[in-house]
Amino acid sequence: MGSVGKDIAHDSAVGHVSGESIYIDDMAFAKNELIVDFYASPVANGKIVSIDLTRASNVPGIVGLYTHKDIEGHNKFGPIIADEYLLAEEKVEFIGQPIVVIAGETRKAVLAARKVIDVKIDVLEPTLTIDQSIARKQYLAEPRFIKRGDVDAGFAEADHILEGRFISGGQDHFYLEGQAAIVYPGEYDNLVVHSSTQHPSEVQEVIAHVLGLQQNQVVCITKRMGGGFGGKECQATHPACMASLVAHKTKRPARIVYNKDDDMSFTGGRHPFQNDYKVGFTKDGVITALKTDLYTNGGAANDLSTAVLGRAMTHADNAYFIANAHINGYACKTNLPPNTAFRGFGGPQGVVNIENIMEEIALFLGKDPFDVRSANCYGIEERNTTPYGQIVYNNLLPALLKKVAETSDYKNRLEAVKKFNQTSKTHLKGISITPVKFGISFTTKFLNQANAMVLIYKDGTVLVSTGATEMGQGANTKIRQLVADEFAIDPNMVIMAPTATDKNNNTSATAASAATDLNGSAAVDACVKIRQRLAECAANYLSSDGAGISPSPSHIVFADGNVFDKRRPDKKLTFAEIVSAAYHERINLGERGFYATPGIDFNWKTGVGQPFLYYTQGAACSEVLIDRFTGELKVVRADLWMDIGKSINPGIDRGQITGAYIQGMGWVTTEELRRSEDGVLLSHSPTTYKIPNVQDMPRVFNVDLFDNDKNDVNIKGSKAVGEPPFLLAISVWTAVKQAIASVSKEAAQKLKLPATNEEIIMCMATSKKSALASAKQTKA
Amino acid sequence: MTYKISRRRFGQLAIATSALAALYEYNFAKSNIQALAKQSPAWQGGNIPKLTKVNVNFQVNGTKQAVEVDSRMSLLDCLREKLKLTGSKKGCDHGQCGACTVMVNGRRINSCLTFACMHEGDEITTIEGLAKDGNLHPMQEAFIAHDGFQCGYCTPGQIMSAVALLSETCGKQDSDVAECMSGNICRCAAYPNIVAAIQEVRKGKVNASL
Repeated sequence: MGSVGKDIAHDSAVGHVSGESIYIDDMAFAKNELIVDFYASPVANGKIVSIDLTRASNVPGIVGLYTHKDIEGHNKFGPIIADEYLLAEEKVEFIGQPIVVIAGETRKAVLAARKVIDVKIDVLEPTLTIDQSIARKQYLAEPRFIKRGDVDAGFAEADHILEGRFISGGQDHFYLEGQAAIVYPGEYDNLVVHSSTQHPSEVQEVIAHVLGLQQNQVVCITKRMGGGFGGKECQATHPACMASLVAHKTKRPARIVYNKDDDMSFTGGRHPFQNDYKVGFTKDGVITALKTDLYTNGGAANDLSTAVLGRAMTHADNAYFIANAHINGYACKTNLPPNTAFRGFGGPQGVVNIENIMEEIALFLGKDPFDVRSANCYGIEERNTTPYGQIVYNNLLPALLKKVAETSDYKNRLEAVKKFNQTSKTHLKGISITPVKFGISFTTKFLNQANAMVLIYKDGTVLVSTGATEMGQGANTKIRQLVADEFAIDPNMVIMAPTATDKNNNTSATAASAATDLNGSAAVDACVKIRQRLAECAANYLSSDGAGISPSPSHIVFADGNVFDKRRPDKKLTFAEIVSAAYHERINLGERGFYATPGIDFNWKTGVGQPFLYYTQGAACSEVLIDRFTGELKVVRADLWMDIGKSINPGIDRGQITGAYIQGMGWVTTEELRRSEDGVLLSHSPTTYKIPNVQDMPRVFNVDLFDNDKNDVNIKGSKAVGEPPFLLAISVWTAVKQAIASVSKEAAQKLKLPATNEEIIMCMATSKKSALASAKQTKA
Repeated sequence: MTYKISRRRFGQLAIATSALAALYEYNFAKSNIQALAKQSPAWQGGNIPKLTKVNVNFQVNGTKQAVEVDSRMSLLDCLREKLKLTGSKKGCDHGQCGACTVMVNGRRINSCLTFACMHEGDEITTIEGLAKDGNLHPMQEAFIAHDGFQCGYCTPGQIMSAVALLSETCGKQDSDVAECMSGNICRCAAYPNIVAAIQEVRKGKVNASL
């Protein structure tokens, strides 16, 4: 009886509910520990004229002030393109760009010094928007293309052609635990870094690079994060580097913790997109050609922008077959903090573009958008190849669409919504179904590797370490289940060690939803090797003492915490007993495992490849209720269906699905990053930036897992789950669009994302049939 | 501390957790800034406000505590930095996220929005004070049973709010619980499970009050 497939509690469950779980800033202060902060650029674009640290250095308790001149290694780095400076040199390119690192005895001293650092900057006009970037021809990298078929022929074949622009906004990660790191200096310039990061290996590598150390001199440890969502994939590196600089210079422990306002203002988030499209379709709504230009606001440095753009492009089809497609991608360079990974990694932005197009086609033809979606959906045997050449195997999209329409009673509710909108003077309703097809694997081939270390101790307990970091998503719990099942032992016999670069080297970020896929597979690889050795040992042991059988490892069975020979099942050893016996027989009880995702690659020169091992799929039906006078929006009901293969832990996966959907609701409705003309983020705390709260969750919320035992390419037939359900929330946005369309098509066409209350009311107010206009009519 | 907990379909689970805190000597910056200021003639003053030290006595999780604090130290900072009770979390430090929720004389408050020195004689309960005699509080068990968390950072605040809710006026419906829990945000959005956990405890016959 294994634990895979069971709802075992999260690895840190007891610690989380008792308050004993340790996050970075919960670690006790070490002797002589220093507090680290930084002076950040107050302007989005400018030339540094002078930096005067005199007053700051005289603040009592200040131990060190460091500029780029104090960096002994390299000041410049970046995960894809080395275009980021740890500390600004001649120019500043975004608000929040670190200029001076401050180290002091107390937080008060550090804050006091921060106020009196005198940096003179010649302010230049900032580039903040995509339009400005296009006008000034400022790009982070060369444009990218995916082309299939002949779009001109496709447009010629079309009965109708629509052109338009779609705008989606950014999103702050709003992990509740801010960016944080503590660094302990050791002998010979070695450093031990505790970082709240999704990518310990990158933190290690960049610290070594910046300080001029060898990578083997830096150990990065990550026990857990108080939320990551992509925000700690690359951008945890900067605070860790700043604290490391201080620890390296002073030989004292150094702690840095961003407060919420600084974190929101100074770090990047989800990429805003502005997409132009031209779509040709038949009178039945079947797309014959699509040409779309995706422009993303990457911010001041590339960070992961080109990869995010790539995923947006490979998701510009979502669930739909487009015979003739021309998808272009442009990464715009602006003066915003560099935008970075965020759950979905460009996927949501690519998908919402085509979902908006589906709505536009349906509006134009006066059809039910569900029927337009169904007509364009990828087929099973034909019409099943993506624009980049990957075949959609194990395609459950038509089945998922059918299923969600049935269980949500879509057709009847659609009629009820129409009737409601005809009669209600105060409210509007909208209902919409959208599917999701999300590709699993890093689109950069070499990142799709993982290693794991499995150690068995003499009492039969197991310690596992992998490159997966834990941010609440339950990767550690799932890996623990996988390991326990390999030895047929209780998961309580297995402990997951903190992620650390001295145990697992050259790891990839915990990202792309693939932490369990990659690291779980690597851990199982190690287990299989050890189990083989244990089986050989057990075969000898169990065939001795006149059992009358010859030793045969292939007859050895691990089950229910015991080990026995199939031919003599009465004679059982406990797992601890066979481990102890193996130890005394001098058998190696530790192993490294490795996994590299097979058969994936992508060529950006041709725009063709097989970037994904498989697709996680789903579909959702959302119904919204809108106050016509205030624009206030409620999601009254949501029905979600996800195909996540054979779930390793259905309880944890269900949490990922509901959590991702609600977080996606925030992106498409309430979360708006509003900036001043100078680029200052105005919505930089929960007072002005509205993430969903408990009252925003759908009043009726049905979440179901779709049976699929055919995903034989991934560990135990499971599928990745972290990001895909985020995209189901796009159905909330399309439902809003439909609700508005019931008043005015023209108003619905203007709707941007996020559909905040203000956005909704402004869209409707500009329409002749607005609520206010109809209210006047009612009065008259 | 070892807690006995039960969980659906998983039998008894006992997990020992050890406080990492013990590994490091706690030595929160004791530097006397005023004294340093006198030694630093170049410092013009005015940047660091003059400190007023205040002695405050209160009970935290049933234990009497006498601490000397800066008069402007929040209760949250006092708990975390002076008393080493790091279970209460600092999320926004503005009273908007609820991660720092504790109970003072049985009522829940945002500990980041109140000064430590205002609590002379008060009885304060933090997440560390909920478990009794090695047994988790029913609300803590319910949060485990229902996966009422993901990353865990907001969880202490959620649970303190949830326990306080039990002795407040709150309707029976899930929507009533949502209203009463609206001051605690969760970015992982474990909301459905949090509400389910709270409802289980409210419907249960166990004495779930403090």
